[in-house]
Amino acid sequence: MDLGISAFVIFFAAIFTNNILLTNFLGMCSFLAISREVRSSIGLGLAVVFVMTWTSAINYIVYYYILEPFNLVHFRFIVFIIVIAAFVQLVEMVIERYSPVLYVILGVFLPLITVNCAILGVCLFMIIREYTFLQSVAYGAGGGIGWMLAIVAMGGIRQRLAKAPIPKPLEGPGITLIIAGLMALAFIGFGGMIQIQ
Amino acid sequence: MLQTILGLLTLSGFAGFLALCLEVADLYFANYGECAIRINDGEREYTVQGGGHLLGALGDQGIFVPSACGGRGSCGLCKLQVLEGAGPLLPTETPYLSPEERRNHVRLSCQVKVRNNLSIEIPPELFLIKEYSARVERIRDLTEDIKEIRLSLLEPDTMKFKAGQYIQFQIPEYAGADEPVYRAYSLASGPGDPRRLTLVVTRVPDGVASTYIHTELREGNKVRVNGPYGEFYLRESAGDILMVATGSGLAPIMSLLHQMADQQIQRKATVVFGARQRKDLFYLEELEGFKERIPSLEVIFTLSRPSEEDRWQGERGRVTEVIPKIVHPRDEVEAYICGNPAMVESSEELLVRLGVPRERIYYDKFA
Repeated sequence: MDLGISAFVIFFAAIFTNNILLTNFLGMCSFLAISREVRSSIGLGLAVVFVMTWTSAINYIVYYYILEPFNLVHFRFIVFIIVIAAFVQLVEMVIERYSPVLYVILGVFLPLITVNCAILGVCLFMIIREYTFLQSVAYGAGGGIGWMLAIVAMGGIRQRLAKAPIPKPLEGPGITLIIAGLMALAFIGFGGMIQIQ
Repeated sequence: MLQTILGLLTLSGFAGFLALCLEVADLYFANYGECAIRINDGEREYTVQGGGHLLGALGDQGIFVPSACGGRGSCGLCKLQVLEGAGPLLPTETPYLSPEERRNHVRLSCQVKVRNNLSIEIPPELFLIKEYSARVERIRDLTEDIKEIRLSLLEPDTMKFKAGQYIQFQIPEYAGADEPVYRAYSLASGPGDPRRLTLVVTRVPDGVASTYIHTELREGNKVRVNGPYGEFYLRESAGDILMVATGSGLAPIMSLLHQMADQQIQRKATVVFGARQRKDLFYLEELEGFKERIPSLEVIFTLSRPSEEDRWQGERGRVTEVIPKIVHPRDEVEAYICGNPAMVESSEELLVRLGVPRERIYYDKFA
Protein backbone atom coordinates (compact mmCIF):
# COMPACT_ATOMS: atom_id res chain seq x y z
CA MET A 1 0.00 0.00 0.00
CA ASP A 2 1.53 3.22 -1.15
CA LEU A 3 0.76 5.75 1.56
CA GLY A 4 1.86 8.50 -0.78
CA ILE A 5 -1.54 8.56 -2.52
CA SER A 6 -3.13 11.76 -1.38
CA ALA A 7 -6.73 11.93 -0.21
CA PHE A 8 -7.38 14.14 -3.21
CA VAL A 9 -6.35 11.43 -5.67
CA ILE A 10 -8.41 8.84 -3.82
CA PHE A 11 -11.41 11.13 -4.00
CA PHE A 12 -11.24 11.36 -7.79
CA ALA A 13 -10.28 7.75 -8.23
CA ALA A 14 -13.34 6.70 -6.26
CA ILE A 15 -15.54 8.74 -8.57
CA PHE A 16 -14.13 7.72 -11.95
CA THR A 17 -11.51 5.00 -12.16
CA ASN A 18 -12.71 2.92 -9.22
CA ASN A 19 -16.40 3.72 -9.30
CA ILE A 20 -17.82 1.48 -6.60
CA LEU A 21 -20.96 0.74 -8.56
CA LEU A 22 -19.54 0.16 -12.01
CA THR A 23 -16.23 -1.50 -11.17
CA ASN A 24 -17.09 -3.29 -7.90
CA PHE A 25 -20.81 -3.76 -8.67
CA LEU A 26 -21.85 -2.84 -5.17
CA GLY A 27 -25.21 -1.24 -4.42
CA MET A 28 -26.82 -2.84 -7.45
CA CYS A 29 -30.23 -3.52 -5.95
CA SER A 30 -31.23 0.09 -5.33
CA PHE A 31 -29.35 1.08 -8.51
CA LEU A 32 -31.68 -1.11 -10.55
CA ALA A 33 -34.82 -0.34 -8.58
CA ILE A 34 -34.71 3.45 -8.21
CA SER A 35 -33.14 4.50 -11.52
CA ARG A 36 -36.35 4.84 -13.53
CA GLU A 37 -36.09 8.61 -13.68
CA VAL A 38 -33.52 11.31 -13.02
CA ARG A 39 -35.48 12.98 -10.22
CA SER A 40 -35.56 10.04 -7.84
CA SER A 41 -32.03 9.03 -8.87
CA ILE A 42 -30.77 12.40 -7.68
CA GLY A 43 -32.66 12.01 -4.39
CA LEU A 44 -31.21 8.59 -3.69
CA GLY A 45 -27.77 9.68 -4.92
CA LEU A 46 -27.67 12.64 -2.55
CA ALA A 47 -28.69 10.45 0.35
CA VAL A 48 -25.92 7.95 -0.49
CA VAL A 49 -23.26 10.69 -0.76
CA PHE A 50 -24.28 12.06 2.61
CA VAL A 51 -24.49 8.76 4.46
CA MET A 52 -21.38 7.28 2.85
CA THR A 53 -19.18 10.24 3.76
CA TRP A 54 -20.31 10.31 7.36
CA THR A 55 -20.38 6.59 8.01
CA SER A 56 -16.88 6.13 6.60
CA ALA A 57 -15.69 8.73 9.12
CA ILE A 58 -17.63 7.25 12.03
CA ASN A 59 -16.74 3.66 11.19
CA TYR A 60 -13.06 4.62 10.90
CA ILE A 61 -13.17 5.91 14.47
CA VAL A 62 -15.15 2.91 15.67
CA TYR A 63 -12.76 0.48 14.01
CA TYR A 64 -9.46 1.95 15.12
CA TYR A 65 -10.51 3.21 18.56
CA ILE A 66 -13.00 0.56 19.70
CA LEU A 67 -12.73 -2.64 17.67
CA GLU A 68 -8.94 -2.90 17.38
CA PRO A 69 -8.03 -2.09 21.01
CA PHE A 70 -10.68 -4.53 22.28
CA ASN A 71 -9.74 -7.29 19.84
CA LEU A 72 -13.19 -7.24 18.24
CA VAL A 73 -12.04 -6.85 14.66
CA HIS A 74 -13.89 -10.02 13.61
CA PHE A 75 -17.18 -8.34 14.55
CA ARG A 76 -16.58 -5.51 12.09
CA PHE A 77 -19.37 -6.55 9.71
CA ILE A 78 -22.05 -6.46 12.39
CA VAL A 79 -20.71 -3.33 14.01
CA PHE A 80 -20.43 -1.40 10.74
CA ILE A 81 -24.01 -2.31 9.82
CA ILE A 82 -25.31 -1.29 13.25
CA VAL A 83 -23.48 2.03 13.03
CA ILE A 84 -24.84 2.69 9.56
CA ALA A 85 -28.40 1.82 10.63
CA ALA A 86 -28.21 3.97 13.75
CA PHE A 87 -26.70 6.88 11.82
CA VAL A 88 -29.41 6.72 9.17
CA GLN A 89 -32.10 6.74 11.86
CA LEU A 90 -30.53 9.72 13.55
CA VAL A 91 -30.14 11.65 10.31
CA GLU A 92 -33.75 10.95 9.43
CA MET A 93 -34.93 12.42 12.74
CA VAL A 94 -32.73 15.50 12.44
CA ILE A 95 -33.71 16.21 8.84
CA GLU A 96 -37.38 15.75 9.60
CA ARG A 97 -37.11 18.28 12.35
CA TYR A 98 -35.06 20.96 10.66
CA SER A 99 -35.67 20.63 6.94
CA PRO A 100 -39.08 19.29 5.97
CA VAL A 101 -38.34 19.91 2.28
CA LEU A 102 -35.14 17.87 2.33
CA TYR A 103 -36.96 15.24 4.37
CA VAL A 104 -39.57 14.81 1.67
CA ILE A 105 -36.90 14.63 -1.06
CA LEU A 106 -34.71 12.12 0.80
CA GLY A 107 -37.34 10.68 3.11
CA VAL A 108 -38.18 7.46 1.31
CA PHE A 109 -34.57 6.84 0.31
CA LEU A 110 -32.88 7.16 3.67
CA PRO A 111 -34.21 3.90 5.16
CA LEU A 112 -33.34 2.12 1.90
CA ILE A 113 -29.71 3.10 2.30
CA THR A 114 -29.28 1.16 5.51
CA VAL A 115 -29.12 -2.03 3.48
CA ASN A 116 -27.16 -0.57 0.57
CA CYS A 117 -24.10 -2.77 0.29
CA ALA A 118 -22.04 0.00 -1.32
CA ILE A 119 -21.99 1.81 2.05
CA LEU A 120 -20.75 -1.28 3.86
CA GLY A 121 -18.38 -1.92 0.97
CA VAL A 122 -16.73 1.49 1.33
CA CYS A 123 -16.26 0.94 5.07
CA LEU A 124 -14.66 -2.47 4.48
CA PHE A 125 -12.42 -1.31 1.63
CA MET A 126 -11.02 1.55 3.66
CA ILE A 127 -9.99 -0.94 6.34
CA ILE A 128 -8.54 -3.48 3.90
CA ARG A 129 -6.60 -0.78 2.07
CA GLU A 130 -5.39 0.69 5.38
CA TYR A 131 -6.40 4.24 4.55
CA THR A 132 -5.73 7.07 6.95
CA PHE A 133 -8.68 8.99 8.39
CA LEU A 134 -8.52 11.70 5.76
CA GLN A 135 -8.15 9.17 2.96
CA SER A 136 -11.12 7.21 4.31
CA VAL A 137 -13.37 10.25 4.35
CA ALA A 138 -12.20 11.21 0.86
CA TYR A 139 -12.86 7.66 -0.30
CA GLY A 140 -16.34 7.75 1.29
CA ALA A 141 -17.25 11.08 -0.31
CA GLY A 142 -15.79 10.09 -3.68
CA GLY A 143 -17.47 6.70 -3.57
CA GLY A 144 -20.81 8.35 -2.84
CA ILE A 145 -20.44 10.90 -5.62
CA GLY A 146 -19.36 8.16 -8.02
CA TRP A 147 -22.38 6.08 -7.07
CA MET A 148 -24.64 9.10 -7.59
CA LEU A 149 -23.01 9.83 -10.95
CA ALA A 150 -23.72 6.29 -12.10
CA ILE A 151 -27.34 6.19 -10.93
CA VAL A 152 -28.17 9.63 -12.33
CA ALA A 153 -26.65 8.63 -15.69
CA MET A 154 -28.69 5.45 -15.60
CA GLY A 155 -31.81 7.43 -14.66
CA GLY A 156 -31.28 9.70 -17.66
CA ILE A 157 -30.78 6.77 -20.02
CA ARG A 158 -33.81 4.87 -18.73
CA GLN A 159 -35.99 7.97 -18.93
CA ARG A 160 -35.19 8.20 -22.65
CA LEU A 161 -35.50 4.47 -23.03
CA ALA A 162 -39.13 4.62 -21.89
CA LYS A 163 -40.12 5.60 -25.41
CA ALA A 164 -37.76 3.25 -27.22
CA PRO A 165 -38.96 -0.01 -28.79
CA ILE A 166 -37.26 -2.68 -26.68
CA PRO A 167 -37.71 -6.40 -27.37
CA LYS A 168 -40.35 -7.62 -24.96
CA PRO A 169 -38.22 -10.17 -23.02
CA LEU A 170 -35.61 -7.47 -22.33
CA GLU A 171 -37.97 -4.87 -20.88
CA GLY A 172 -37.30 -3.68 -17.31
CA PRO A 173 -34.41 -5.28 -15.43
CA GLY A 174 -33.06 -7.05 -18.53
CA ILE A 175 -32.22 -3.98 -20.52
CA THR A 176 -31.13 -2.17 -17.35
CA LEU A 177 -28.51 -4.82 -16.65
CA ILE A 178 -27.25 -4.61 -20.24
CA ILE A 179 -26.94 -0.83 -19.96
CA ALA A 180 -25.17 -1.19 -16.62
CA GLY A 181 -22.73 -3.57 -18.31
CA LEU A 182 -22.04 -1.10 -21.13
CA MET A 183 -21.56 1.71 -18.63
CA ALA A 184 -19.19 -0.46 -16.64
CA LEU A 185 -17.16 -1.17 -19.80
CA ALA A 186 -16.87 2.57 -20.39
CA PHE A 187 -15.76 3.19 -16.81
CA ILE A 188 -13.24 0.34 -16.91
CA GLY A 189 -11.61 2.37 -19.67
CA PHE A 190 -10.49 4.80 -16.95
CA GLY A 191 -9.09 1.86 -15.00
CA GLY A 192 -5.40 2.14 -15.71
CA MET A 193 -5.14 5.88 -15.09
CA ILE A 194 -4.85 5.76 -11.32
CA GLN A 195 -3.94 2.71 -9.27
CA ILE A 196 -5.33 2.83 -5.74
CA GLN A 197 -5.76 -0.86 -5.03
CA MET B 1 -14.30 -18.89 26.06
CA LEU B 2 -13.71 -15.85 28.20
CA GLN B 3 -12.76 -13.90 25.12
CA THR B 4 -15.99 -14.86 23.35
CA ILE B 5 -18.08 -13.75 26.32
CA LEU B 6 -16.15 -10.53 26.63
CA GLY B 7 -16.53 -9.93 22.92
CA LEU B 8 -20.27 -10.52 23.04
CA LEU B 9 -20.62 -8.27 26.07
CA THR B 10 -18.69 -5.45 24.42
CA LEU B 11 -20.67 -5.84 21.26
CA SER B 12 -23.98 -5.81 23.14
CA GLY B 13 -22.80 -2.83 25.13
CA PHE B 14 -21.93 -1.00 21.95
CA ALA B 15 -25.29 -1.79 20.36
CA GLY B 16 -27.05 -0.79 23.57
CA PHE B 17 -25.16 2.48 23.63
CA LEU B 18 -26.24 3.26 20.06
CA ALA B 19 -29.85 2.39 20.93
CA LEU B 20 -29.66 4.69 23.93
CA CYS B 21 -28.29 7.49 21.72
CA LEU B 22 -31.22 7.00 19.36
CA GLU B 23 -33.72 7.04 22.23
CA VAL B 24 -32.26 10.28 23.55
CA ALA B 25 -32.26 11.76 20.06
CA ASP B 26 -35.85 10.62 19.59
CA LEU B 27 -36.90 12.38 22.79
CA TYR B 28 -35.08 15.50 21.76
CA PHE B 29 -35.65 15.74 18.00
CA ALA B 30 -38.95 13.96 17.46
CA ASN B 31 -40.74 15.56 20.37
CA TYR B 32 -42.74 18.48 19.08
CA GLY B 33 -44.72 18.90 22.28
CA GLU B 34 -48.29 20.05 22.27
CA CYS B 35 -49.36 22.25 19.40
CA ALA B 36 -52.44 24.42 19.12
CA ILE B 37 -54.52 24.37 15.94
CA ARG B 38 -56.55 27.55 15.54
CA ILE B 39 -59.43 27.15 13.12
CA ASN B 40 -61.24 29.95 11.29
CA ASP B 41 -59.66 32.79 13.25
CA GLY B 42 -60.30 31.33 16.67
CA GLU B 43 -63.77 29.92 16.06
CA ARG B 44 -62.41 26.61 17.33
CA GLU B 45 -59.11 25.70 18.88
CA TYR B 46 -57.63 22.29 19.54
CA THR B 47 -54.47 21.20 21.31
CA VAL B 48 -52.88 18.15 19.75
CA GLN B 49 -49.68 16.17 20.17
CA GLY B 50 -47.25 17.45 17.53
CA GLY B 51 -45.44 15.30 14.99
CA GLY B 52 -48.36 13.86 13.03
CA HIS B 53 -49.97 15.01 9.81
CA LEU B 54 -52.61 17.71 9.88
CA LEU B 55 -55.20 15.48 8.19
CA GLY B 56 -54.91 12.82 10.89
CA ALA B 57 -54.76 15.38 13.70
CA LEU B 58 -58.02 16.92 12.50
CA GLY B 59 -59.56 13.46 12.11
CA ASP B 60 -58.71 12.70 15.75
CA GLN B 61 -60.67 15.82 16.69
CA GLY B 62 -63.68 14.66 14.69
CA ILE B 63 -63.14 16.91 11.68
CA PHE B 64 -63.14 14.78 8.55
CA VAL B 65 -61.43 16.41 5.61
CA PRO B 66 -62.34 14.57 2.39
CA SER B 67 -59.50 12.33 1.21
CA ALA B 68 -59.86 9.57 -1.33
CA CYS B 69 -56.32 8.21 -1.16
CA GLY B 70 -56.11 7.95 2.61
CA GLY B 71 -53.27 10.44 3.09
CA ARG B 72 -50.77 9.25 0.52
CA GLY B 73 -50.73 12.59 -1.29
CA SER B 74 -52.10 11.19 -4.53
CA CYS B 75 -55.67 12.51 -4.77
CA GLY B 76 -55.31 16.20 -3.89
CA LEU B 77 -58.73 16.35 -2.21
CA CYS B 78 -57.62 17.29 1.31
CA LYS B 79 -56.71 20.89 0.46
CA LEU B 80 -56.99 23.41 3.26
CA GLN B 81 -55.89 26.97 3.81
CA VAL B 82 -53.04 26.97 6.32
CA LEU B 83 -52.39 30.59 7.19
CA GLU B 84 -49.58 30.16 9.71
CA GLY B 85 -47.11 27.53 10.78
CA ALA B 86 -47.14 25.14 7.82
CA GLY B 87 -43.52 25.65 6.82
CA PRO B 88 -42.29 25.65 3.23
CA LEU B 89 -44.27 24.11 0.38
CA LEU B 90 -43.25 20.47 -0.09
CA PRO B 91 -42.42 18.85 -3.43
CA THR B 92 -45.15 16.30 -2.78
CA GLU B 93 -47.75 19.06 -2.74
CA THR B 94 -46.75 21.19 -5.72
CA PRO B 95 -48.37 19.04 -8.45
CA TYR B 96 -51.80 19.54 -6.87
CA LEU B 97 -51.76 23.29 -6.25
CA SER B 98 -52.50 26.02 -8.78
CA PRO B 99 -50.53 29.30 -8.62
CA GLU B 100 -53.62 30.98 -7.18
CA GLU B 101 -53.98 28.34 -4.46
CA ARG B 102 -50.32 28.75 -3.57
CA ARG B 103 -50.83 32.48 -3.14
CA ASN B 104 -53.79 31.75 -0.88
CA HIS B 105 -51.71 29.45 1.35
CA VAL B 106 -53.64 26.35 0.29
CA ARG B 107 -51.84 23.15 1.33
CA LEU B 108 -52.49 19.42 1.27
CA SER B 109 -53.42 18.58 4.83
CA CYS B 110 -52.12 15.02 4.46
CA GLN B 111 -48.59 16.31 3.79
CA VAL B 112 -48.36 19.19 6.24
CA LYS B 113 -47.09 18.10 9.62
CA VAL B 114 -48.15 19.60 12.91
CA ARG B 115 -44.81 20.76 14.30
CA ASN B 116 -45.81 24.08 15.86
CA ASN B 117 -48.93 26.14 16.37
CA LEU B 118 -51.07 26.30 13.24
CA SER B 119 -53.73 28.69 12.09
CA ILE B 120 -56.01 27.21 9.44
CA GLU B 121 -59.24 27.93 7.57
CA ILE B 122 -61.83 25.19 7.18
CA PRO B 123 -65.03 25.54 5.15
CA PRO B 124 -67.88 25.43 7.72
CA GLU B 125 -69.60 22.52 5.98
CA LEU B 126 -66.65 20.27 6.90
CA PHE B 127 -67.70 20.61 10.54
CA LEU B 128 -70.88 18.76 9.62
CA ILE B 129 -68.87 15.75 8.44
CA LYS B 130 -68.87 13.13 11.14
CA GLU B 131 -68.36 9.44 11.56
CA TYR B 132 -71.57 7.48 12.09
CA SER B 133 -72.44 3.95 13.04
CA ALA B 134 -75.53 2.50 11.42
CA ARG B 135 -77.51 -0.72 11.13
CA VAL B 136 -78.48 -2.25 7.81
CA GLU B 137 -82.26 -2.05 7.90
CA ARG B 138 -83.12 -3.47 4.51
CA ILE B 139 -81.37 -4.82 1.42
CA ARG B 140 -83.44 -4.99 -1.74
CA ASP B 141 -82.64 -6.02 -5.32
CA LEU B 142 -83.41 -3.19 -7.72
CA THR B 143 -82.09 -4.95 -10.83
CA GLU B 144 -79.88 -7.95 -11.51
CA ASP B 145 -76.75 -6.09 -10.48
CA ILE B 146 -78.02 -3.11 -8.47
CA LYS B 147 -79.01 -3.31 -4.82
CA GLU B 148 -80.64 -0.76 -2.57
CA ILE B 149 -79.20 -0.60 0.94
CA ARG B 150 -81.18 1.21 3.60
CA LEU B 151 -79.29 2.15 6.76
CA SER B 152 -80.73 3.44 9.98
CA LEU B 153 -78.30 5.63 11.89
CA LEU B 154 -77.38 4.62 15.44
CA GLU B 155 -74.72 6.97 16.75
CA PRO B 156 -75.15 9.90 16.06
CA ASP B 157 -78.73 9.08 15.12
CA THR B 158 -79.33 11.84 12.59
CA MET B 159 -77.29 13.27 9.71
CA LYS B 160 -77.75 16.79 8.43
CA PHE B 161 -77.07 16.71 4.70
CA LYS B 162 -78.06 18.39 1.47
CA ALA B 163 -79.95 16.35 -1.09
CA GLY B 164 -77.50 14.99 -3.68
CA GLN B 165 -74.50 14.66 -1.36
CA TYR B 166 -72.58 11.44 -0.80
CA ILE B 167 -71.15 9.51 2.13
CA GLN B 168 -68.13 7.25 2.49
CA PHE B 169 -68.93 3.67 3.40
CA GLN B 170 -66.36 1.69 5.37
CA ILE B 171 -65.79 -1.80 4.03
CA PRO B 172 -64.26 -3.85 6.86
CA GLU B 173 -61.59 -6.50 6.34
CA TYR B 174 -62.97 -9.53 4.55
CA ALA B 175 -61.74 -12.16 2.10
CA GLY B 176 -61.57 -9.56 -0.68
CA ALA B 177 -59.91 -6.72 1.28
CA ASP B 178 -57.01 -7.13 3.70
CA GLU B 179 -57.53 -3.69 5.24
CA PRO B 180 -60.60 -1.50 5.71
CA VAL B 181 -61.34 0.60 2.63
CA TYR B 182 -63.73 3.48 2.03
CA ARG B 183 -65.95 3.98 -0.98
CA ALA B 184 -68.19 6.90 -1.78
CA TYR B 185 -71.88 6.32 -2.39
CA SER B 186 -74.50 8.95 -3.12
CA LEU B 187 -77.50 9.16 -0.85
CA ALA B 188 -80.78 8.33 -2.56
CA SER B 189 -82.87 9.37 0.44
CA GLY B 190 -83.85 12.96 1.12
CA PRO B 191 -82.74 15.24 3.95
CA GLY B 192 -86.35 15.14 5.17
CA ASP B 193 -85.59 11.76 6.76
CA PRO B 194 -82.31 12.40 8.59
CA ARG B 195 -82.39 9.09 10.50
CA ARG B 196 -82.19 6.92 7.40
CA LEU B 197 -79.67 6.74 4.58
CA THR B 198 -80.44 4.93 1.35
CA LEU B 199 -77.62 3.86 -0.95
CA VAL B 200 -77.80 2.37 -4.43
CA VAL B 201 -74.89 0.07 -5.21
CA THR B 202 -74.04 -1.40 -8.60
CA ARG B 203 -72.02 -4.59 -8.50
CA VAL B 204 -68.70 -3.94 -10.23
CA PRO B 205 -66.84 -7.10 -11.35
CA ASP B 206 -63.91 -7.56 -8.95
CA GLY B 207 -64.89 -4.36 -7.12
CA VAL B 208 -63.71 -4.63 -3.51
CA ALA B 209 -66.54 -2.61 -2.01
CA SER B 210 -69.48 -3.50 -4.25
CA THR B 211 -68.64 -7.20 -4.02
CA TYR B 212 -68.69 -6.93 -0.25
CA ILE B 213 -72.01 -5.10 -0.23
CA HIS B 214 -73.58 -7.54 -2.69
CA THR B 215 -72.33 -10.80 -1.21
CA GLU B 216 -71.31 -10.29 2.43
CA LEU B 217 -73.54 -7.56 3.83
CA ARG B 218 -76.70 -8.79 5.60
CA GLU B 219 -79.70 -7.05 7.10
CA GLY B 220 -79.01 -6.27 10.73
CA ASN B 221 -75.25 -5.83 10.23
CA LYS B 222 -73.59 -2.83 11.84
CA VAL B 223 -71.60 -0.57 9.51
CA ARG B 224 -69.62 2.67 9.72
CA VAL B 225 -70.01 5.61 7.36
CA ASN B 226 -68.75 9.17 7.33
CA GLY B 227 -70.04 12.23 5.57
CA PRO B 228 -71.79 14.07 4.09
CA TYR B 229 -69.60 15.29 1.24
CA GLY B 230 -70.06 16.86 -2.17
CA GLU B 231 -71.15 19.87 -4.14
CA PHE B 232 -73.93 18.09 -6.05
CA TYR B 233 -76.96 19.77 -4.52
CA LEU B 234 -79.93 21.73 -5.82
CA ARG B 235 -79.08 25.37 -6.52
CA GLU B 236 -81.66 28.03 -5.84
CA SER B 237 -82.72 29.73 -9.06
CA ALA B 238 -85.77 30.05 -11.25
CA GLY B 239 -84.42 28.09 -14.24
CA ASP B 240 -85.73 24.77 -15.49
CA ILE B 241 -84.09 21.71 -14.02
CA LEU B 242 -82.72 18.94 -16.19
CA MET B 243 -81.60 15.78 -14.42
CA VAL B 244 -79.73 13.13 -16.35
CA ALA B 245 -78.86 9.73 -14.89
CA THR B 246 -77.71 6.31 -15.96
CA GLY B 247 -77.56 3.23 -13.76
CA SER B 248 -77.03 3.88 -10.07
CA GLY B 249 -76.45 7.53 -10.98
CA LEU B 250 -80.16 7.84 -10.32
CA ALA B 251 -79.46 7.77 -6.56
CA PRO B 252 -78.58 11.46 -5.97
CA ILE B 253 -81.32 12.46 -8.43
CA MET B 254 -83.84 10.61 -6.23
CA SER B 255 -82.52 12.60 -3.31
CA LEU B 256 -83.03 15.87 -5.20
CA LEU B 257 -86.58 14.78 -6.05
CA HIS B 258 -87.26 14.04 -2.36
CA GLN B 259 -86.16 17.59 -1.59
CA MET B 260 -88.34 19.08 -4.35
CA ALA B 261 -91.36 17.13 -3.15
CA ASP B 262 -90.82 17.95 0.54
CA GLN B 263 -90.22 21.65 -0.08
CA GLN B 264 -92.87 21.86 -2.81
CA ILE B 265 -90.46 23.37 -5.30
CA GLN B 266 -92.53 24.11 -8.37
CA ARG B 267 -89.76 24.60 -10.94
CA LYS B 268 -90.15 22.77 -14.22
CA ALA B 269 -88.07 19.62 -13.94
CA THR B 270 -87.25 16.79 -16.35
CA VAL B 271 -85.54 13.54 -15.42
CA VAL B 272 -83.86 11.59 -18.22
CA PHE B 273 -83.04 8.08 -17.02
CA GLY B 274 -81.03 5.88 -19.35
CA ALA B 275 -80.47 2.14 -19.16
CA ARG B 276 -79.64 -0.68 -21.51
CA GLN B 277 -82.78 -2.80 -21.30
CA ARG B 278 -86.06 -2.69 -19.50
CA LYS B 279 -84.74 -5.00 -16.79
CA ASP B 280 -82.06 -2.40 -15.98
CA LEU B 281 -84.64 0.27 -15.10
CA PHE B 282 -85.54 0.67 -11.44
CA TYR B 283 -87.36 2.96 -8.98
CA LEU B 284 -90.25 3.10 -11.48
CA GLU B 285 -92.96 3.21 -8.79
CA GLU B 286 -91.04 5.77 -6.76
CA LEU B 287 -90.63 8.01 -9.82
CA GLU B 288 -94.34 7.61 -10.54
CA GLY B 289 -95.00 8.70 -6.96
CA PHE B 290 -92.81 11.79 -7.38
CA LYS B 291 -94.77 12.74 -10.52
CA GLU B 292 -97.89 12.91 -8.38
CA ARG B 293 -96.22 14.95 -5.64
CA ILE B 294 -94.37 17.29 -8.03
CA PRO B 295 -96.83 18.37 -10.73
CA SER B 296 -94.12 20.15 -12.75
CA LEU B 297 -92.03 16.93 -13.06
CA GLU B 298 -91.61 14.93 -16.22
CA VAL B 299 -89.72 11.60 -16.35
CA ILE B 300 -88.32 10.22 -19.60
CA PHE B 301 -86.87 6.71 -19.81
CA THR B 302 -84.58 5.76 -22.64
CA LEU B 303 -83.19 2.34 -23.49
CA SER B 304 -80.02 2.02 -25.52
CA ARG B 305 -80.48 -1.64 -26.45
CA PRO B 306 -84.05 -2.78 -25.76
CA SER B 307 -84.59 -6.50 -26.33
CA GLU B 308 -87.42 -8.07 -28.34
CA GLU B 309 -89.51 -9.08 -25.34
CA ASP B 310 -89.21 -5.58 -23.84
CA ARG B 311 -91.78 -4.38 -26.47
CA TRP B 312 -90.41 -0.93 -25.69
CA GLN B 313 -92.60 1.97 -26.79
CA GLY B 314 -90.58 4.80 -25.20
CA GLU B 315 -87.42 6.62 -26.21
CA ARG B 316 -84.56 4.66 -27.69
CA GLY B 317 -80.85 5.45 -27.71
CA ARG B 318 -78.45 6.93 -25.19
CA VAL B 319 -79.33 9.87 -22.98
CA THR B 320 -77.33 12.15 -25.26
CA GLU B 321 -79.79 11.36 -28.06
CA VAL B 322 -82.73 12.40 -25.88
CA ILE B 323 -81.32 15.61 -24.39
CA PRO B 324 -81.50 17.67 -27.65
CA LYS B 325 -85.24 16.88 -27.85
CA ILE B 326 -85.93 18.57 -24.53
CA VAL B 327 -83.29 21.29 -24.24
CA HIS B 328 -83.65 24.12 -26.70
CA PRO B 329 -81.27 27.04 -27.16
CA ARG B 330 -82.28 30.05 -25.11
CA ASP B 331 -83.92 27.87 -22.47
CA GLU B 332 -82.88 28.78 -18.94
CA VAL B 333 -81.59 25.38 -17.92
CA GLU B 334 -79.75 24.11 -14.88
CA ALA B 335 -78.41 20.60 -15.41
CA TYR B 336 -77.64 17.87 -12.87
CA ILE B 337 -75.85 14.85 -14.35
CA CYS B 338 -74.85 11.68 -12.58
CA GLY B 339 -73.51 8.40 -13.91
CA ASN B 340 -70.41 6.90 -15.47
CA PRO B 341 -67.67 9.39 -16.46
CA ALA B 342 -68.05 8.87 -20.23
CA MET B 343 -71.77 9.67 -20.09
CA VAL B 344 -71.19 12.69 -17.85
CA GLU B 345 -68.52 14.12 -20.14
CA SER B 346 -70.45 13.65 -23.39
CA SER B 347 -73.63 15.06 -21.80
CA GLU B 348 -71.75 18.09 -20.52
CA GLU B 349 -70.24 18.81 -23.95
CA LEU B 350 -73.65 18.37 -25.57
CA LEU B 351 -75.32 20.77 -23.14
CA VAL B 352 -72.58 23.35 -23.67
CA ARG B 353 -73.17 23.11 -27.42
CA LEU B 354 -76.89 23.59 -26.76
CA GLY B 355 -76.09 26.87 -25.02
CA VAL B 356 -76.17 25.87 -21.35
CA PRO B 357 -73.44 27.77 -19.48
CA ARG B 358 -70.80 25.41 -18.13
CA GLU B 359 -71.07 26.85 -14.61
CA ARG B 360 -74.70 25.76 -14.48
CA ILE B 361 -73.95 22.13 -15.23
CA TYR B 362 -73.41 20.14 -12.03
CA TYR B 363 -72.28 16.56 -12.06
CA ASP B 364 -71.13 13.57 -10.03
CA LYS B 365 -68.88 11.09 -11.79
CA PHE B 366 -68.51 7.49 -10.74
CA ALA B 367 -64.92 6.62 -11.38
